[in-house]
Amino acid sequence: MKILTGNDLKSGAVVWWDGSEWSKFVNSAEDVGDNGDAIIAREEGARRVFSAYIIDGERDADGVRPAHIKERIRALGPTVRPDLTLKPGDPDAGNWVI
Amino acid sequence: MYKYDQYDQQMVDTRVAEFRDQVRRRIDGHLTEDQFRPLRLQNGLYLQLHAYMLRVAIPYGTLNSQQMTMLGDIADKYDRGYGHFTTRQNIQYNWIKLEETPDLLADLASVEMHAIQTSGNCIRNISSDQFAGAAADELVDPRPYAELLRQWSSFHPEFLTLPRKFKFAVIASETDRAAMKLHDIGIKMVRNAAGEVGAQFYVGGGMGRTPMIAPMIREFVPLDQLITYSEACLRVYNRYGRRDNKYKARIKILVHELGAQEYTRQVEEEFAHLLDQGIEPPIAELERIKEHFADPAFEADAPDDLDLSDPDFRLWAQRNCHAHKQPGYISATVSLKPVGGIPGDASADQIRLMAQLAKQYSFDELRVTHVQNIVFPHVRKADLYEVWKTLDDAGLGTANLDTVGDIIACPGLDYCSLANARSIPLAQKISERFGSAEKQSELGELKLKISGCINACGHHHAGHIGILGVDRKGVENYQLLLGGSEGADTSLGQITGPGFDEDGIVDAVDKATKVYLANKHGEERFLDTYRRIGMAPFKEALYD
Repeated sequence: MKILTGNDLKSGAVVWWDGSEWSKFVNSAEDVGDNGDAIIAREEGARRVFSAYIIDGERDADGVRPAHIKERIRALGPTVRPDLTLKPGDPDAGNWVI
Repeated sequence: MYKYDQYDQQMVDTRVAEFRDQVRRRIDGHLTEDQFRPLRLQNGLYLQLHAYMLRVAIPYGTLNSQQMTMLGDIADKYDRGYGHFTTRQNIQYNWIKLEETPDLLADLASVEMHAIQTSGNCIRNISSDQFAGAAADELVDPRPYAELLRQWSSFHPEFLTLPRKFKFAVIASETDRAAMKLHDIGIKMVRNAAGEVGAQFYVGGGMGRTPMIAPMIREFVPLDQLITYSEACLRVYNRYGRRDNKYKARIKILVHELGAQEYTRQVEEEFAHLLDQGIEPPIAELERIKEHFADPAFEADAPDDLDLSDPDFRLWAQRNCHAHKQPGYISATVSLKPVGGIPGDASADQIRLMAQLAKQYSFDELRVTHVQNIVFPHVRKADLYEVWKTLDDAGLGTANLDTVGDIIACPGLDYCSLANARSIPLAQKISERFGSAEKQSELGELKLKISGCINACGHHHAGHIGILGVDRKGVENYQLLLGGSEGADTSLGQITGPGFDEDGIVDAVDKATKVYLANKHGEERFLDTYRRIGMAPFKEALYD
């Protein structure tokens, strides 16, 4: 699947396109097919996001998994600070990125 | 230390106001990201893996307690309760919000700090010896010269759009503690045969994808020509540096391609031209700056002995302290590398505690080291035990300076958008494997440095043991290098062979240290043994 990611303009937070708005949870990401560039142009123009781009991913039983480790770390947070990730209660969350 | 005059303060305050307006225009849509990006970068605001990151300049690594306290307060107020001290003697905050950045910069400006020229193709923060003004082995305090260069290079209109970023280091002792020869320009303060102090210039060093050791291009530049000679070096680079290829744009490539002799000839020609232009600041300005770096009021009769009866304190005092020029005083290094910790990270509370200790025990001064530690430069030996006890209670009493646990590690793929692999987890695993006092004692001085990509922010080329993270088809892989050094005996590490996975590289470090222990003669360091026996025994142990 093709998914869209970028950063929130004001906070810089990593966000994912869920089909209608930007979510901080990668599992909300929707397959944008061939529409990625058009969505990016529209959303960046409206300043809802910046530095947006299209990446490969796949949906499995656990949710959406970006293809590259860099995007998985972006989706989770720093593996060396579980308390700062999106899963602060799961000390093994970092294993997901590997 | 240097205090802003009205012009310094006005420049920084004006810049904050300017950036506040630029941020407002970005948020309300008058600036696109393409237009805004260079503006935010000129103010140290990057976009990293998870958020905006702000890099704050700490000129030559020197801070007072008020500034250090502010760095801790900023960590709480604008970030997530911590900061990361870097190999450029700066601090970075990883979770900054764009809309709050102007207020953050205003807070910094209130204590004479800023984030200007911490990004972009300009002259960056000038680094120096962390023991400057305190070391028993220095010729002079190098910081006034670093400050003069800082003032010259700040907002220098000719050098704000160089072919690539540009880094100075200034030292003044035979023991190079600032990796001077691995800078675009390294300056060593020296004395000539007539007894005059001047500057020895090394140009064209650097790490990154093409590591090079800077050749010396001039043995002695008189103090009243320091800026003019620096200007000549930069002018030749600005004119002929490779703007066509980002990867060949650093001055080291120009010096290498021209040859040091030809580059020097061109610099001397430009220098001769510039000498007539009157660009050198009057020597009175250097003298004015020097007054800011006068020695603090040392006690002339401070006791010069230490009670080392506490074994834990003895270990720390022996490992983490450095001889001071003033009897009765010592320079103490706070390791930001607890076993299993994140190199260079400190919590807001730890930062404020170090500020408080500096105020109480170190004449209000601290230094950030390029090895990502903090120094109290002037501690009375009589106060050292109390300082250590307080640090130890706060998790800052680790005794591991210059040992295998004192690892330089870049933020790596956990934070950095340029990285190919994670650095910090490796540092944590290695420090856990080798971090015991016994193991560190057995291995002695062993400088281990980890970079998460070829840009080499973790100085892997200069580690006795270096590790470089690479991306192998989406999987982290780590190359091992041996034999680097960034001291007076600067050398570049050599890659041992094929890379390793995350666990494999930790085992590889273990094997390399075992080769060292099996072959060391007397008091040889790892580096000495490697230089004597060469790569072959290490390769045999690693790959057979």
